[in-house]
Amino acid sequence: MTDVLNAIVLLGNFVLVPGLAYGSQLALGALGVTLIYGILRFSNLAHGETMSFGAMITILVTWLLQANGISFHPLPTALLALPFGIIGAVALCLIVDRLVYRYYRQQRSTSSIYLIVSIGVMLITGGLIRFIIGPGDRKITDGERFIIKARDFKEMTGLNEGLAIKTTQGVTVITAVSVVAFVFWFLGRTRTGKAMRAYSDNEDLALLSGINPERVVMIAWIMTGALATIAGTLYGLDKSFKPFTYMQLLLPIFAAAIVGGVGNPIGAIVGGFVVAFSELIITFAYRKVFMYLLPDEMAPEGMIQLLSTDYKFAVSFVILVIVLLVKPTGIFSGKLL
Amino acid sequence: MTYLAGEMMTGGYGGADILHECSIGVDRGEIAVVVGPNGAGKSTAMKAVFGMLGLRTGRVTLDGEDITSLKPQERVLQGMGFVPQNQNVFTTMTVEENLEMGAFIRRDDISLTMKQVYALFPVLHEKRRQPAGELSGGQRQQVAVGRALMTQPQVLMLDEPTAGVSPIVMDELFDRIIEVAKTGIAVLMVEQNARQALEIADRGFVLVQGRNAYTDSGVALLANPEVRKAFLGG
Ligand SMILES: Nc1ncnc2c1ncn2[C@@H]1O[C@H](COP(=O)(O)OP(=O)(O)O)[C@@H](O)[C@H]1O
Ligand SMILES: [Mg+2]
Repeated sequence: MTDVLNAIVLLGNFVLVPGLAYGSQLALGALGVTLIYGILRFSNLAHGETMSFGAMITILVTWLLQANGISFHPLPTALLALPFGIIGAVALCLIVDRLVYRYYRQQRSTSSIYLIVSIGVMLITGGLIRFIIGPGDRKITDGERFIIKARDFKEMTGLNEGLAIKTTQGVTVITAVSVVAFVFWFLGRTRTGKAMRAYSDNEDLALLSGINPERVVMIAWIMTGALATIAGTLYGLDKSFKPFTYMQLLLPIFAAAIVGGVGNPIGAIVGGFVVAFSELIITFAYRKVFMYLLPDEMAPEGMIQLLSTDYKFAVSFVILVIVLLVKPTGIFSGKLL
Repeated sequence: MTYLAGEMMTGGYGGADILHECSIGVDRGEIAVVVGPNGAGKSTAMKAVFGMLGLRTGRVTLDGEDITSLKPQERVLQGMGFVPQNQNVFTTMTVEENLEMGAFIRRDDISLTMKQVYALFPVLHEKRRQPAGELSGGQRQQVAVGRALMTQPQVLMLDEPTAGVSPIVMDELFDRIIEVAKTGIAVLMVEQNARQALEIADRGFVLVQGRNAYTDSGVALLANPEVRKAFLGG
């Protein structure tokens, strides 16, 4: 019986808890991608860099706060700096829209043109970020490191295996839940949110109803900038901040958005968790789990790991390929915003 | 002076002209019907009157004022409502949300107007929490008309409001449209079911290849042997 509990705790510690945190980060990222797709109708490849930019501003302000002896103990100081990061990323989105995307809107460009344009925006933003903060790895977490420490958990329960929950993981999940709840309330209940759904559903009819498209686009960018910063900062807190990783994150984020059905917010969230858990389940080494569950003489030799963690991005890629082959419209197809 | 009038409109979608000195119009409390074969330019004429099409020549007046240069949204503000032929509801939104979006430009209390729309189309009240995309064709058309009524327009323009509905539902919709006109609203509509539509029409316009072929009262057009032979199947 204890063996079974140990196996469960082991999975909880290495799959469930990290999966919930990583899934939340992907879900928030995918929500931003889906929002832009739903309103501006293109795949925004610059989204990873928007996340990075927002996180960078947050870090800069965090350093400033720390230098002045301001902290948010026991929570990470970065949470105090987050609003500044959001303002920075929103400003970036609005400026880029004004300077770049608006022109292509007026030209009534096709979505493939937008896609290529967004690659340009991605590269320039990426360069800007490296110019400001450098390409290196930054640890930004301070405050209390754990909500539950593995050792305390072992002492409390008497089990061999410990369940650790990092503060950043707790913060990630709670923030993600609140942000998602807010987004759904906004889209479902407010006049402006409904106007955005109407615009996403039927642009021409929205115009006939007197909905101002430029305003809808502006609000979409504001929400995207905010979502990107929150996702990027939470990811940076949980792992570390390194500009390059945000470009890599594009793949799982797009996989998440597409699995759920691009343009569909619920799909983005479900997709985020599908991708996160697939990655963790496929790259986890099950050796110890089997050692707990099987009799000693049947103990496995190898690591029982389907795929090395080095290949975790392959998982997103495979998911993406399978979805595009089997159900290109995603799980929740046909429903926009 | 006709309340809403498109006069001598010539224009198209950028290529060759579709409309050639075409005139349509309607007065308050009246129903005007535009009929004609497929591709005659009926929808194009409606779009031209609503400002969704650049006119090369001709003009559109509303209550004596020239509104030719106004954008569609500005015409909505001037009291015009339009139900397009295709994709005329927000399919992913509930019936009630469709009506709310119809009233988007209004800043006052819309609950009374919504009650009136529900009174006109009781089935919409029943289905108010359902996505409009899940409704039957006739119910969707009611949502579309209801959405346009939410701005409390002076003019209601309908492009084939009875397309794809059964004859019973068609009669039902025509009755509702007559009710709307009786409240003093000017109703300008395009109809495939020419005979039934002309029966309730104060004015009728027969368009052929973007030109006015016949213009008269509904009754007179129905009685006109040439019109009967060419457009009403004898
Ligand atoms: N969006 C458009 N762009 C270019 N040509 C169009 C467009 N819509 C309609 N047309 C053309 O305009 C002509 C009239 O079409 P339409 O006004 O829809 O006719 P009706 O409504 O009388 O059936 C047709 O020849 C059609 O091919
Ligand atoms: Mg037509």
